[in-house]
Amino acid sequence: MIKVEQLHKSFGENEVLSDLNTSIERGEVVTIIGPSGSGKSTFLRCLNLLEKPTSGHVFVNDTDITNPKVDILKVREQIGMVFQHFHLFPHMTVLDNLTYAPMTVKGMKKDEAVRKAKDLLERVGLSDKTNAYPNSLSGGQKQRVAIARALAMEPELMLFDEPTSALDPEMVKEVLDVIKDLAHSGMTLAVVTHEMGFAKEVADRVVFMDQGKIVEETQPKTFFDQPKTERAQNFLDKVL
Amino acid sequence: MNLDFSQIVPYIPFMLEGVWVTLQFVIISIIFGFILGSLIALVKISDIKGFKFIADAYTSVFRGTPLILQLLLIYYAIPQLTGYDISPFLSAILTFGLNSSAYVSEIIRAGIQAVDKGQREAAEALGIPYRPMMLKIILPQAMKNILPALMNEFITLTKESAIVSVISYLDLMRRAQVVASDIYRNFEPLLFVGVLYYIMVMILTIAGKYVEKRMRASD
Ligand SMILES: Nc1ncnc2c1ncn2[C@@H]1O[C@H](COP(=O)(O)OP(=O)(O)O)[C@@H](O)[C@H]1O
Ligand SMILES: [Mg+2]
Repeated sequence: MIKVEQLHKSFGENEVLSDLNTSIERGEVVTIIGPSGSGKSTFLRCLNLLEKPTSGHVFVNDTDITNPKVDILKVREQIGMVFQHFHLFPHMTVLDNLTYAPMTVKGMKKDEAVRKAKDLLERVGLSDKTNAYPNSLSGGQKQRVAIARALAMEPELMLFDEPTSALDPEMVKEVLDVIKDLAHSGMTLAVVTHEMGFAKEVADRVVFMDQGKIVEETQPKTFFDQPKTERAQNFLDKVL
Repeated sequence: MNLDFSQIVPYIPFMLEGVWVTLQFVIISIIFGFILGSLIALVKISDIKGFKFIADAYTSVFRGTPLILQLLLIYYAIPQLTGYDISPFLSAILTFGLNSSAYVSEIIRAGIQAVDKGQREAAEALGIPYRPMMLKIILPQAMKNILPALMNEFITLTKESAIVSVISYLDLMRRAQVVASDIYRNFEPLLFVGVLYYIMVMILTIAGKYVEKRMRASD
């Protein structure tokens, strides 16, 4: 579904990603972990071209999206993204947040978009917030709306960039539960997270990044029980 | 103290009419300035290098020179260069419109850039194209910053508008001068139009506060 080849990204002189090679299979749940500043967000953002790779290739369903001829909006339709700070549209109701993109981008009819949005809100447990504005919601509720908004586009892949890092501790679970539910439904997920419990429990594979490189990439059990590299060992000592 | 307001009484309708004359060209100027300023702002936030430079230079020149100089240049230079005998009214709206478009373009640019850049990223990640993103997601939020600043620009323009009296445009200010030379008294007519200016500005200020409050209420 996703294939990354020799991906490099620099901001000016600063090389942030150096020579990443990996892939994500359909239905797979990949968690990306690593110290702050190691390039996790940048890597995730290269997958939907919110950041433009300096060199290398990113294939989405065999289309090389680094090719300038590719219509990137079409690619983004297939890839949902959830941000640390939600980025809901504050001037729209929850319902409009969910229906705007499907209607504008996919030309979906209003009643269909509304019906789908209501299904999704029920799925994330927020049916009662349909007509609320984002600023009246708690952090956990906002993030669940943000997930529903991304799902409303019916993406094939969902990217999560530290979806629970901005939340008060008591709200982390409600958001992780929604993501777990997605994982079990067979959705393809790439999740940057500091929630090691979540990575252990849900991930098919853990990608450990440090200083712009993929240092280890393996099953969660192997990674957490017997990390191969000293860097991974040091990181785990700090966070566990 | 030798004040005699009774002498200006016959001139009051004449001076009051100046309120309308002043407001008229200020309103036309601000609309003109708003439309042109919006276009310039769009160029400024775009990536088109050459145009962007022109837009920045335009803003810089209009903000970096005295308004009265711009007014006199347009009023005297256009007839001299083109032979077209431009009227005081046209010179006034042209000067104030062009000048205000420079300020308005900065207000709009700043208002748009003050919108959290996560909003744009969220829209892009959903595959929303540039135009609907701008019109339906960025601009409605930018309005919160833009509208109050526009009201301020309106107030500034109303006060500065008094300088068109130097090209004999019969605005409120000029009318005070006309009355003064008629009755050989300066203080009374100047004080009278001063109060009128103050009332106009206060009304606009109150309207601005109201707009600001409405904007904040929608948070
Ligand atoms: N837009 C940017 N401009 C310049 N440097 C950036 C930008 N975004 C990220 N970086 C730098 O890239 C490095 C990796 O950042 P990031 O991908 O956010 O790491 P992580 O998500 O793992 O914390 C950091 O050193 C950060 O300062
Ligand atoms: Mg990050």
